[in-house]
Amino acid sequence: MVMLHHEDPRILQLTFLGSLLLFGVLVRDFSLQPVQVLLCLATALAWQGLLGKGRNMASAAITGLGLSLLVRADNLWVHPLCATLGIVAKFTLRWQDKALFNPANLGVVVAMALLPGAWTSPGQWGHAWILAGWILMLGTGVTLRAGRMDSALGFLACWSALCAGRIGWLGQNWGVLGHQFTTGSLILFAFFMISDPRTTPDHRWARFMHAAIVALVAFFWQYGLYRPHGPVVALVLCTPLVPVLDRLLRATRHQWPVPPSSLRGHPDAPVVAPA
Amino acid sequence: MPPSSPRPERRRPALLAALLVAASLAAPPEARAFCGFYVAKADASLYNETSRVVMVREGNRTVIGMASDYKGPLKEFAMVVPVPAVLQREQINVAERAVFDHLDAFTAPRLVEYFDDDPCNDIRRRGMLDERMSSAPGAAPMAGSARKSAELGVVIEAQYTVGEYDILILSARESTGLETWLRQNGYRIPPKARRALAPYIRTGHKFFVAKVNLGEQAKTGLQHLRPLQFAFESPKFMLPIRLGMANAKGPQDMLVYAITRKGRVETTNYRTVKLPTGKTIPVHLKKDFKAFYKAMFETAWKREDQRAVFTEHFWDMGWCDPCAADPLSADQLRQLGVWWLDDESAENTRPGLIPGRRRVPVPGGGPVDAVVTRLHVRYSAETFPEDLIFQETRDRENFQVRFVLQHPFTGPAACPEGKTYKDSLRRRQEEEIRTAANLTGWSTAKLRRDAGLGTTATPEPWWRNLWKR
Repeated sequence: MVMLHHEDPRILQLTFLGSLLLFGVLVRDFSLQPVQVLLCLATALAWQGLLGKGRNMASAAITGLGLSLLVRADNLWVHPLCATLGIVAKFTLRWQDKALFNPANLGVVVAMALLPGAWTSPGQWGHAWILAGWILMLGTGVTLRAGRMDSALGFLACWSALCAGRIGWLGQNWGVLGHQFTTGSLILFAFFMISDPRTTPDHRWARFMHAAIVALVAFFWQYGLYRPHGPVVALVLCTPLVPVLDRLLRATRHQWPVPPSSLRGHPDAPVVAPA
Repeated sequence: MPPSSPRPERRRPALLAALLVAASLAAPPEARAFCGFYVAKADASLYNETSRVVMVREGNRTVIGMASDYKGPLKEFAMVVPVPAVLQREQINVAERAVFDHLDAFTAPRLVEYFDDDPCNDIRRRGMLDERMSSAPGAAPMAGSARKSAELGVVIEAQYTVGEYDILILSARESTGLETWLRQNGYRIPPKARRALAPYIRTGHKFFVAKVNLGEQAKTGLQHLRPLQFAFESPKFMLPIRLGMANAKGPQDMLVYAITRKGRVETTNYRTVKLPTGKTIPVHLKKDFKAFYKAMFETAWKREDQRAVFTEHFWDMGWCDPCAADPLSADQLRQLGVWWLDDESAENTRPGLIPGRRRVPVPGGGPVDAVVTRLHVRYSAETFPEDLIFQETRDRENFQVRFVLQHPFTGPAACPEGKTYKDSLRRRQEEEIRTAANLTGWSTAKLRRDAGLGTTATPEPWWRNLWKR
């Protein structure tokens, strides 16, 4: 059962991702079958129910929606498999009781790298200022509530600076910067993936550093190696940085708000960061 | 010391552009029959001054072929294309235009037609419906003096005569020098060319410059220019379209035929949108299909804010259903640059095709190890600020743009089912009018008039079937 505290930012996040998905399928022709979304959501929730003893179901729903937004497949098994990998990894690949990978991020990268019949379409959102502004505004709301604005803004600032530097060096038209910045997939990444409070470093300065390094790696991947999907690949590649930064700069670990009634005596009650 | 050139002729560069990155594995396509008859196609001849680019890519190996429908004086033709490295003579080839035309016809959007059966012959009709349900959808004169070139920072890295073309491979230190060099050597470069050239110089590109060698051209006996091809390796999977915008007066059309091994090709930095397909349109549009297609494309392009790349076709290269042209032979594929087809697979190009019905493969017959994506781009400097960057997806779902004509049964149909059929036919024809109007932006009144249905729809009285059993 999904139980959420009324101040839980995941309520806003679920609403927003759900409406983005609807918008994408209805208006942007995402070539996504409803049954793929259902299978993805159902699998994510089932694994969360099983491994998480029914807690944090909202996070699993967010993973399911995120994967549906990003992964495309010409079959029905890719989405549930990605959801399985993402959620199972959340419970098994941990360092000092903290998940290493953002579940949706891991699912997307595995799908792109290994699964037959799976791909992602970074250009699918198009380049419209209105759409970008809309995602930016609502993403800001979610990220602010989750307290991870530093990750989102740190990444966007570094990425934009790197892109602007490249445009200036190449002598390209400055319209290119607007074109690169208004892509929906970039803003979605900044506000819904790298800003995940459960897998980013605990300390604010560590989050800035992490975001900046992810932007650098993504930039090198995309413009140095000329390969697509820079940001999502970079986030996975930079995963080992998080435990290192957490060790260097210690701070309180993030917990989602929990309804008081469900908190008492529960083994997953909020834990303070390791001393 | 190279011979100094005579006063150069002014040449108008058809600034085409081309280059290149990546991709993956999928299940073979499901063979599905299509019980229609191909009747017309909307090929590249629809658009004036359309560039056609064939990109063959596997790993980092790339073969690019460029065909232009340039119709001006041959001595004025010139082409400047950024390439990632100095090309050797063997990396450049002149192809036969017929192969490009065949590929264009094979992938062209198409029109198919069906004929309604006699509604009084229910059994036959049902059988047909079931079937349809299951099948749904000499370069010397070009060079200026070496001293002058050096002053401008331009180096002639190589020069060849290939077929009817004189080709230079240039490298440049900065865009102003290259622009000046091109002007001094008779290339009519548009005023904004310097800005367009600069990013390619920065990223270490060389410039493939081709013009027509009139003597060699006369020997070919051809009235047209043949496509130029070049092969190279590069991690970049892209097409540098920005150079071609420098002298463009308005939006330009380009058809890209990407031949790969694993799946559909799409752009990563622009939206890639599939054009409408499978729609039934009024039968009178059979004779106006090309005009219909142009209007339909224009409407789709505007609906996407003029900023999308459109997929017109994605299919295995071994077969098609229905076919706008026969599949290309292994030899034709090799001419286009498909380098990975060895002799053994060449034998498999058309395996097991049913005699007399060559277009449908026998199940298990094995497709050709190549797929083709046809992309249609209408671009301008404002709407496409960046070059096109591609990725090969693992999508193997066949797609073709086709429109359907459903001819009504014209016999007497003197049975109760015949009356029902005629009622449904009216509704269907109205629906076809609305579909065509929505796709093209044409008025329903005009479409209805052309279809001979009168200028306004006459809705059926709501009570007509109220108490009918």
